[in-house]
Amino acid sequence: MRIDKDLVAASATPLVLGILAEGDLHGYAILKRVAELSQGRMQWTDGMLYPLLHRLERNGWVSARWGVSDAGRKRKHYALTPSGRQVLEERQAQWAVVTDALHQVLSTVRGPGAAGAWA
Amino acid sequence: MTEDGRPGVEHQIDQWRAWVLRREAITTGDAAELEDNLRGRIADLRAAGLDDDEAFLVAVRRMGNLDDVSREFARAHSERLWKQLVLPPSRPSRADGHWRDLGVLIALAVGAGIAVRWLLVLEDEGRFALNVAFAVLPFLAAYFAWSRRLPARAAGALAVMAAALAVVVNLFPFFADEPGVGLSTTAVLAATHLPVLLWLLLGVAYTGGAWREHARRMDFVRFTGELVVYFTLLALGGGLLTGLLLATFDVVGIDAEPFVQSWLLSFAVPGAFLVAAWLVEAKQSVVENMAPVLTRVFTPLTLGLLVAALVALLAGGPLTAVDRSLLVLMDGILLLVVALLLYAISARDPITAGGPFDWLQLGLVVTALAVDVVALTAMASRIADAGWTANKAAALGLNVVLLVHLVGTGWLLWRFLRAHGTFDAVERWQTRYLVVYAVWAAVVVLVFPPAFSYA
Repeated sequence: MRIDKDLVAASATPLVLGILAEGDLHGYAILKRVAELSQGRMQWTDGMLYPLLHRLERNGWVSARWGVSDAGRKRKHYALTPSGRQVLEERQAQWAVVTDALHQVLSTVRGPGAAGAWA
Repeated sequence: MTEDGRPGVEHQIDQWRAWVLRREAITTGDAAELEDNLRGRIADLRAAGLDDDEAFLVAVRRMGNLDDVSREFARAHSERLWKQLVLPPSRPSRADGHWRDLGVLIALAVGAGIAVRWLLVLEDEGRFALNVAFAVLPFLAAYFAWSRRLPARAAGALAVMAAALAVVVNLFPFFADEPGVGLSTTAVLAATHLPVLLWLLLGVAYTGGAWREHARRMDFVRFTGELVVYFTLLALGGGLLTGLLLATFDVVGIDAEPFVQSWLLSFAVPGAFLVAAWLVEAKQSVVENMAPVLTRVFTPLTLGLLVAALVALLAGGPLTAVDRSLLVLMDGILLLVVALLLYAISARDPITAGGPFDWLQLGLVVTALAVDVVALTAMASRIADAGWTANKAAALGLNVVLLVHLVGTGWLLWRFLRAHGTFDAVERWQTRYLVVYAVWAAVVVLVFPPAFSYA
């Protein structure tokens, strides 16, 4: 399934913050986690993740440090900061409202897959 | 993940990296991150059964359109957007565009020269001082309005505001006596604050109407700093040439001074100003390397000066010349510190962690505040005793405006250095505070003259 571009953009920040809340990761591992969480149905353009991460870093929501990968190459690791955790909680509350409203209205719509989509 | 040591893939990755690095908005650090991603993707695809070439091609495809990625990097790092100036697909013929810009700019510079010359012909120093900013800055604003395709509504609003200012200031009865008489205090204040107000209005044109955006305002701050550097260089060179010209004509017995004073300077100075503005636009990444160097040289020197001033103020016993000249001196010191700070902050990558230089800047802010507080407390009673004059009110008002700016900057820098805040917050405070300067300048220009009965 192809997810609308605007929807991907809107959900990217809380998704990345939420994934980093599980533990520190490098960029590619974040992408793999996104694919895993959506069973491969959400495919981000790889290159676009990094400007997003830098923006989050600039806002002070994540911190980054250079480390070394298993193969001995330079690799940047990202971690959630306390203020990032706060933002995540705010976004979580906002998304709860949005998904709840959507769920109510969409469950009344009779259409193919309308109920299944929210399983 | 497996290490892919095969020469074919390594060679392809090398080529890909060079191709990525050709984009000005992508740094080597970003490229290393993208490469790490690419390698991870290739390793996974190979593990899934693809051969080297297929894995590389799919991984590169997954990376996305590099022009789009580069533009996103530039947006995330607005200081790089400044360096990049032209985003990849938006304006392809970069060199042609610059030459056309220069042609328009030279025409506008000649216009500014004619306006200045016309003001000089009036032979009224007061009118000249009040109006010289109106003779030069609208031409620069016109250049920005043209090059940035400023929306007609914003351009109209700016023109109306500038025209209204010009009318009001020239209708003030500063010159009740005959023309040519020395300026009254409020007229001098208006003449010195007017350029600041007009300059900030110019910022609206510079940002193409998007003056509310933090990143665009920061660009304007950068532009201002670089313009000062370029204009100083041009003025030095021009001064040297003029001196040589005068000396040469003097040797052959021709007095070139009337020509130089009445014609050459009235065209050369505004011309140099506008050309400097164009140079900043055209050669941004060249000067960008100068800003960090200049601030690193002058921040410690200024700190030394301030410490010496503080010691002198504290050790010198009761202040003898506690009057407006001391107030003006304090304003000068604070202005210098604010300018240094703004210049340094505008050139700094906000993502890098705090270092010794940031501490030095904090030291500069704290010392400047200490100097100012010592001077102000010494003056407080005197000001209350001697009553208010326009000069004292203007100097004290500016002092308060600068003080609040520095206290805010110092506090946010402290939070940043203690890892309680971000450098982004320090930056945003600077651009937000610019409005206060515009308001204060407007008060001095428009309210002071009638409030102090044009004295």
